[in-house]
Amino acid sequence: MSDILNMQPEIASREVGHKEQHVHHHKETFITKYIFSTDHKMISKQFLVTGIIWALIGGLFSVLFRLQLGFPDHSFPILETVFGRWAEGGKIHAEFYYALITMHGTILIFFVLTAGLSGTFSNMLIPLQVGARDMASPFMNMLSYWFFFIASIIMFSSLFVQTGPASGGWTAYPPLSALGQASSGSKVGMDLWIISMALFVVSSLLGNLNYISTILNLRTKGMSMTRLPLTIWSFLFTAILGALAFPVLLSGLILLLFDRNLGTSFYLSDIFVAGQALSNEGGSAILFQHLFWFLGHPEVYIIILPTMGVVSEILAINARKPIFGYTAMIGSLLAICVLALFVWAHHMFVTGMNPFLGSVFVLLTLLIAVPSSIKVFNWLTTIWRGNIRFTPSMLYAIGFVSFFISGGLTGIWLGNSTIDIHLHDTMFNIAHFHLVMGVAAFFGMFAGVYHWFPKMFGRYMNNTLSYIHFWVTLAGAYLIFWPMHYQGMAGMPRRYLDKSMWVSFSQFHALDAMISVVTIIVFLAQILFVFNFFYSMYKGRRCRSINPWSATTLEWTTPINPGHGNWVGEIPEVKRWAYDYSKDGRDFILQTEGPGENESVH
Amino acid sequence: MIVTTVAQEQNNKLHPLKFTLWVAIASIIMMFAGLTSAYIVKSNFSGWRTMAIPKIFWVSTVVILLSSITIYVALQKFRNREMQKYRALLGTTLVLGLLFIVCQFIGYSELWSQNVRFKGSSGAGQFFYVITGLHALHVLGGFVAMAIMFLRSFFGKTKSYSAVPVEVMGIYWHFVDILWIYLMVFFLITA
Repeated sequence: MSDILNMQPEIASREVGHKEQHVHHHKETFITKYIFSTDHKMISKQFLVTGIIWALIGGLFSVLFRLQLGFPDHSFPILETVFGRWAEGGKIHAEFYYALITMHGTILIFFVLTAGLSGTFSNMLIPLQVGARDMASPFMNMLSYWFFFIASIIMFSSLFVQTGPASGGWTAYPPLSALGQASSGSKVGMDLWIISMALFVVSSLLGNLNYISTILNLRTKGMSMTRLPLTIWSFLFTAILGALAFPVLLSGLILLLFDRNLGTSFYLSDIFVAGQALSNEGGSAILFQHLFWFLGHPEVYIIILPTMGVVSEILAINARKPIFGYTAMIGSLLAICVLALFVWAHHMFVTGMNPFLGSVFVLLTLLIAVPSSIKVFNWLTTIWRGNIRFTPSMLYAIGFVSFFISGGLTGIWLGNSTIDIHLHDTMFNIAHFHLVMGVAAFFGMFAGVYHWFPKMFGRYMNNTLSYIHFWVTLAGAYLIFWPMHYQGMAGMPRRYLDKSMWVSFSQFHALDAMISVVTIIVFLAQILFVFNFFYSMYKGRRCRSINPWSATTLEWTTPINPGHGNWVGEIPEVKRWAYDYSKDGRDFILQTEGPGENESVH
Repeated sequence: MIVTTVAQEQNNKLHPLKFTLWVAIASIIMMFAGLTSAYIVKSNFSGWRTMAIPKIFWVSTVVILLSSITIYVALQKFRNREMQKYRALLGTTLVLGLLFIVCQFIGYSELWSQNVRFKGSSGAGQFFYVITGLHALHVLGGFVAMAIMFLRSFFGKTKSYSAVPVEVMGIYWHFVDILWIYLMVFFLITA
C-alpha cells in the first residue's frame, strides 16, 4: 500500500519544467511487479495470459465434444480419461454434453473474447496511444483484473462440482436455469455460474469506467479526439457499450438468483415438475430473454469492435497507407454502437413476438449492415494498391476482414424474421456467429498479439511458426464452419448430441467427421501459437528498434521495455493525426512531428 | 486516496475521477432501468399481486434527503478549511445514512409481517424487495466509503487539501438520494 502511495504522484506528474527522470525509483518486489501490479502494461499481460489459459480450456472442450459429434458410433477412451464418469465407456453423456457446450460458450464469449480481448488491448494501448502515464485509476484497474480472476476461479471450480457445471446454455434461459430440478447442471453449478458472472460484470465495469475516463480525460497535449488512432476510438465505444449493457445483465441475473434460491416468481409460471405443480405463478421466461439479450446483443459488438480498431490500425501500418475514410470509420463505429443497443429482440423472433414489433427489429438489424459495409469497404480501400508488408499480423488482419465478410453476410439472412424462423437454432446459426464474432475476433486478437508483442515483451514472435499457425487456422476455420451452413439449411438442429436417428441427416455423417478431424488439426495449430507466445517471451528474437513496424503512434516513442510511467522524461506532444503514411515522399511521419512548411496536417 | 493523485494537473477539464463516477452512475442507472422496466412489463401479467408501501419509507425518504443536505454543507466547510465542522457534518451524514438503512430494514420487516414474501406468485412485493434492496446495498457501499473517509479525517497520516474525494463522495451520495426518490415515486405510482 505504501509503495503505491509513493509511486502514484510520481507517475502522474506532468508538471512542465520537471526535469528529473520520471521513472519510479521505489523498490518493486515480485508481488508488486507481477501480481498486484497497478501498471496497465502488466495488467494487460495478466489479462492476456489468463485469456490464453481460458481459450485452451474452452477450445479443448469443443475438440472433445466434436469427437463425439463427428463419430457418434465410436467410443474414445480419452473422453473417459478427461471427463471421468461424465463420459463412461468413452462416450459423452447427453446431459454432460449440454454442460460442455454451455461452458464452451461462456468461457469463449466472456472470459476470452471480452475480458481476454478488451482487457489486453484496452489496457495495453489506451495509455500508450493517448499519451498517459497510466489509467485514470490504476488501483481500480488492478481491481478489475482481480475481480476477473476471482470470477475465473469460481467458474473453473464449477467444472469440478459433483453435479457438474451449468448446463442450460450460455444464455442461461429459465426455467432450465431457474429450477434445480431441471437438470443436474442446474443445481449448484448454475449458482456458481451466476456468481461468477456477477463478479465478471463488476470486473468489466471497473475496466470500462477506467477506459472511458482515461480516453476522454488523460490525452496528452495536442491529442484531440480526431487525432486518436482508430484503436482508441473502438475501445471507447466498446467500453461505453459494456458500461451500459452489462448492468442490465446483472439485474437479470439477480432476479434469476432470487427465483432459484428464494422462491420468487420473476421468470417462473405454471410449471409442473414430475407431476407436481410449483407454487410459482405470473412469471415470464421471456422477461429474462429481454434482459439477457439487452446485454447479449451488445456483447457481440463488445467482442468485435476492439478487433475492428486493431485491424484498422494494422492494415494502415502494413499497407503503408493512411486509413481510408478515418471520419467514416468513427461514424460507423458510433452507428454500430447505437444500433447495437436497439436490436436485441432479433434473437427472439421465435418467442411469439408481435410480427409488427418483429419487423421493427428486422429493420434496425439490417441497418447495421450499412456501417459494417462502410468499414469493410474502407479496409479494402486502405490496402488497395498499398505497399503491403505481409507480416503475420497483417495476414491475420486480412483474415479478419475475410471472416467478417463471410460471417456477416449470413447475418442478413438471420436478421430477417421470416428466414430466421427456418434457420433458428440450427447449425446455420452456429456457422454464422462462429465466423463473424468467433473466428473473426480471434483473428483480430492474433493480429494484435503478433503486432504489439515487441511492445509487450521487447521481443518478436517466431515468424515461421506464425505463418504455419495462420494458414492452418484460416483454412481450418473455413473447413469447419462453411459446411455447417449446409447442415443448418437442411434443418439440422444445434445442441443435439446424436443426430443419427434422423435419416434426413445421414448424408452429413462424413461431413461431420471431416469437421471433427479439422477441429483437431486447428486446435493443434493453436497450441503452436501458445508455444510460440511463451517461447518468444523468453527466447524470441530481441527487438532492437523502438519502432519496429515504422508506425506513427505514440506507443512506439517509448523505450523498448517501458517502465511504469511509460515515457522517460516528459510525455511527447502530439502534432498530427495517426495515419501519415507515404506522405510527401516520406514513408511515415510520427505523430509527435510538427507540420513541415506548406504542409497541412490533420 | 490511492487513486486521486493521478493527473492532478488536469485543471481545465472535469477531474477524471469525477468523470469516472458519472459513467459509473450511468451504469447503475441502466441496472435500475432494467429492473423497473421489468416491473412494468410484469405488472401487466395475470396473477400480479399489489402491495401497500409502509409509512416508514416516508421517514427514510426524509432521512436520506437530510443526509444529502448535510453532506452538501460538509463539502462547503471542507472547502473553507473548517475541519471541525466538516467532521461533525460528515459524522451526521454517516448517522443519517445508517438511520436510512435501519428504516429500510424496519420497512422490510413490516412488509414481511403483512405477508409480502419471496415465495409464491409474482407481484410488486418481490420486485420491491429486490430493487430497493439493491438500492440499500448501494447506500451501504457509500456508507462504508464515507466511514473510511471520516476515520481518515481524524487519523490520516497525510493531510490532503484536495476537495476531490469529498466532491466525489458527495456526488455519489446525492445520486443514491435521487435514485431513492425515483424508486419511491415509481412504487407509489405503480404499486
